[in-house]
Amino acid sequence: MGTTQQHDIAGKLLIARHSVVHHLPAEVKLVAMLSFVFLVVLTPLGQWWAFGVYGLLIIAVIAAAKLPPVRVVKRMVIEVPFVIFAILMPFFSAGPYVEYFGLQLSEAGLIAGFGLLCKGTIGVLSSVTLAATTPMRDLLSGLTRLKVPTLLVEIAGFMVRYVDVIVDEMRRMKIARQSRGYFERGIRSWPVIARSAGALFIRAYERGERVHLAMLSRGYNGKLPSYSLAIATKAQWATGMLLPMGAAIILVLAWRMA
Amino acid sequence: MSDAVLEMHKVAYAYPDGHQALFGVDLHVHRGEKIALLGPNGAGKTTLVLHVNGILFPGAGSVRIAGMDVNKENLKAIRAKVGVVFQDPDDQLFMPTVRDDVAFGPSNMGIVGDELAKTVAEALAAVGMSEFADRSPQHLSFGQRRRVAIATVLAMKPEILVLDEPSSNLDPAARREIAEILESLDITMLMVTHDLPYALELCDRSVILSAGAIVADRATYDLLTDDALIKQHRLELPFGFRLDPSLAKK
Repeated sequence: MGTTQQHDIAGKLLIARHSVVHHLPAEVKLVAMLSFVFLVVLTPLGQWWAFGVYGLLIIAVIAAAKLPPVRVVKRMVIEVPFVIFAILMPFFSAGPYVEYFGLQLSEAGLIAGFGLLCKGTIGVLSSVTLAATTPMRDLLSGLTRLKVPTLLVEIAGFMVRYVDVIVDEMRRMKIARQSRGYFERGIRSWPVIARSAGALFIRAYERGERVHLAMLSRGYNGKLPSYSLAIATKAQWATGMLLPMGAAIILVLAWRMA
Repeated sequence: MSDAVLEMHKVAYAYPDGHQALFGVDLHVHRGEKIALLGPNGAGKTTLVLHVNGILFPGAGSVRIAGMDVNKENLKAIRAKVGVVFQDPDDQLFMPTVRDDVAFGPSNMGIVGDELAKTVAEALAAVGMSEFADRSPQHLSFGQRRRVAIATVLAMKPEILVLDEPSSNLDPAARREIAEILESLDITMLMVTHDLPYALELCDRSVILSAGAIVADRATYDLLTDDALIKQHRLELPFGFRLDPSLAKK
């Protein structure tokens, strides 16, 4: 009952298009995005033009991937807590202070906050782009080919597979609560939610056991068969590395000028 | 005796917490037979199933599959010979695509390449799910997922197929489709169920497991028409059902 209409959280991240970016192998994209973000983080604060160019680079990638801008912006909501933190920094950091619009703001805090905002935004844009252009399954096999320990990749794979099942279970428990006249309202509903979370944890744990049993029954011996996909060519690596190469040039210039 | 696929001899089992689930079970399943294992909730049916493929080992007594003892040394061979389809397909299907999931069992047995592809294709064809090979299991309906779960086990070409409640949670059409698939398979089968009409439709012989022991072992029709017996073990035909005597010969 109810299990037939499942959500597809992992699948919803992908925005299917035919583009250079989509067709690059996952491991190339992973390396490109990670090294790009790493280079951005290394950039000295104060060289604001560099962050502008990084932003243009990633926007170029998004354009090349033909991703709809509105959906990309919507997904950036995940950055909100960092934005709030960045905005608070000028108010709580130590002096020297500067005055803007009658507010006393810490200069160091302003620089740090704005730096965090720039780096965070570029980082989030990169991961949103990666997630929107790469099917989850390819990401996992990409990780395997990058020699990430198989155990970690398998755990990630199970998470992707079962997150929908568990969200669905959570939804059914919620409906069952509501059917018995329960309304989630304020702090008083927290104990109930906490108990439901506990029950959900136990259920997920038990499901884990059953999945393991079912795997053992099919002769599982501690090794999952690898997901089969073609290996990235040199040309694909070259295409993928355009982004971090561009960022590397900007980084060198930024350090020269700092 | 040589054609017995499953031989359980005086199998007793107690869980580590002391709860004893099986009290000396004797059960023989011969090649080609389709047998229903009936019994009320808590009778020990699941415990019995977990003995068949060596997830659990008997505290006393023995289990043999196609003449081979179920023990820790033979585990790999046993798991290849016994195919268990669990009740909840979500417990069974965990790979990103249907194809990968059906390939999981055979590749654990060392099958690779073209032979693997062929095995997977055959198993999916047997359950009528060939065109769903590249779909993700979570995008399928419950009935389709159960069919794929059966395929994942058929792909291992087991000597005996063990099904836990194959008709549960299905709508009538899906229930019938699964029945047709199971009927079409030329394989020894042990089917755990509460669904008595289903047992009658698919299995010539049935056994009742009650309170950890086999209390009846007969032709399904004879067993289901023994009102006193089935009532005593908390089994009953659905409301309004009376078996047609013409089914007796089946």
